[in-house]
Amino acid sequence: MATPVTSAGIGDPTVTEIPTALPAGEHPDRPRRSRGALLRAIRSNRKAMVGAIMLGVFLILAIIPQWLFPGDPGAEVYARSAGPSGSHLLGTTAYGQDILAEVVWGTRPVLVIAVVAGLFATVLSVLIGVSAAYLGGIADDILNLFTDVFLVIPTLPLVIVIAAYANQHSLTVLIIVLVVTGWSYGARQLRSQALSLRNRDFLQAAKVRGERRSYIIVFELLPTMTSLIVANFLSAALYSVLTAAGLEFLGLGNTSSVDWGTMLYWAQNNEALQTGQYLWATVPGLCIAALGTAFALLNNAFDEISNPALRPVRRIRVTRTRS
Amino acid sequence: MRYLLRRLGFFVLTLWAALTINFLIPRLMPGSPATAIMARFHGHISATTLKAIEVSLGIDTGQSVIGQYVTYLGNTLTLNFGVSVESFQPVSQIVAAAIPWTLILVGVTTLIAFVIGTGIGTIAAWKRGGKADGILPPLFVIGTGLPYFWVGMMLIIIFAEVNPWLPVALGVDPGINVGFTAQFIGNAIEHAILPAAAILITSVGTWVLTMRNTMVTTLAEDYIRMARAKGLPSRRIMFDYAARNSILPNLTGFAMSLGFVVSGAVLVEDVFNYPGVGFQLIQAVQNEDFPLMQCLFLLITVAVLVAVLLADIATALLDPRTRSAR
Repeated sequence: MATPVTSAGIGDPTVTEIPTALPAGEHPDRPRRSRGALLRAIRSNRKAMVGAIMLGVFLILAIIPQWLFPGDPGAEVYARSAGPSGSHLLGTTAYGQDILAEVVWGTRPVLVIAVVAGLFATVLSVLIGVSAAYLGGIADDILNLFTDVFLVIPTLPLVIVIAAYANQHSLTVLIIVLVVTGWSYGARQLRSQALSLRNRDFLQAAKVRGERRSYIIVFELLPTMTSLIVANFLSAALYSVLTAAGLEFLGLGNTSSVDWGTMLYWAQNNEALQTGQYLWATVPGLCIAALGTAFALLNNAFDEISNPALRPVRRIRVTRTRS
Repeated sequence: MRYLLRRLGFFVLTLWAALTINFLIPRLMPGSPATAIMARFHGHISATTLKAIEVSLGIDTGQSVIGQYVTYLGNTLTLNFGVSVESFQPVSQIVAAAIPWTLILVGVTTLIAFVIGTGIGTIAAWKRGGKADGILPPLFVIGTGLPYFWVGMMLIIIFAEVNPWLPVALGVDPGINVGFTAQFIGNAIEHAILPAAAILITSVGTWVLTMRNTMVTTLAEDYIRMARAKGLPSRRIMFDYAARNSILPNLTGFAMSLGFVVSGAVLVEDVFNYPGVGFQLIQAVQNEDFPLMQCLFLLITVAVLVAVLLADIATALLDPRTRSAR
């Protein structure tokens, strides 16, 4: 009971995982994976449901901005600093751009950053965290130390310094910086779960069968950790969204792109707060907050999926009578 | 003792890593900061000044990389950070002026956030399934998804622009002398309320959620049931048994997420033009003032490392298990 992560996913039929390329597990002590199980898990959790719907809306906006607002959203063609009206629902910026069009077009780059940076950071966390746990010994000590060092160095100042020296502020630089600074927390979490799984029967059985170490890690260990890996992806994506927004707000992103953080940068530069152009400063941040909330809600729900002890009350009573 | 020595070793190692990262970044990036500085002054820069800049950046062109590294470490350890390219003041002076602002703003706010967050987390876990637990944790989950600087901007709109109640720029009104006078302290607090609120709103959620989740696990332990069976008052079980045993992971988590809080504070200071370390860092970046920037980065990192070390010492004092471990 002391290590909550230990109990995750083992022998609990309600614990579900993302369907993988593998056929359903043939070992009795490993949870069975079935297609659509993840969807069912999301549907049964209200927080996850809200988060998924919010994320879905943003996904749609990211795919079809050209249908909603055809043309270049950055073009400075309308009246300047106009209030909300029928033709510009959220008004225009001090440069004569439609705020709503910019916000809708801004969804795509933000989601790209979130998904790509989140994905690469997660891969790095898995590589370092799981190999540290599985290799053990000196390799574990070194990798663990490496993780801890990256964990305590404050990321934003580091990100700012790197971005300041990189004289081109492209999307690639931004994503590399986010990955380098964003993997450590996940690596630590994955390591502790992998450590607790290391001596489980099904892994021992695989070892006795004479499977290779790489096979055991990839096909036996990782699938049981799916929900934690997904949770890690979500928190890495959340970190990327917030940090990228912060960097762009400081003018360290690509200032000519149409992006929520960049919009806030221009709003701040034009003293939108002091000149009453509140919508310009409010709406992009509201979108960042909404996307951040979607990731945070889903992440929280996945924590509950991978750690049954955190689930809503009914379950704890069952645990109590059983233990 | 062993535990403390290991943590001290970790502190030294991380410090060295931070110093090395700080040394490597300018060298790994395309383009040289010295050229950037030359370009900034259109070549109008005296040889001695350029030399001073090069020394402070550790890019003395005559030396090998290893020689540069040794010189850089020596300069840093003797707190010789060179001069600012922007104002030609010694970097250490500018930084020393900024430290008290940040230390008080971020330090006090973080402590308040920790106390409030742990308190709410305790209650949410204790009243699990009740109304408070149904509303508060999701609310704080949303809080963790908000960008710090944007919360600051919204506070400015509400409390300074629409309703001009509070000041939003600088640490005190210009013309008020810094000192232990009632006028200065009152004015400084007025200026600190909004930045502090922005940090508080976005950081308190982390403490609430960690505390709640740790305590929920603790509440399922046998000794809690034993305490109930003995008929102890529930208030006593809640504070002396459950909360007391859950607070340690929260303390470690506190140390670990301090880096995130400090990162957020940097942006908040920028939004409010608060004359602290974070604001200076961003000014330095915008002015391409590399010596100042590198010194500030080191300072922030060292501050976080010291805080982590203090949390480790506190853990060792509070938890006998760490003292006997390995």
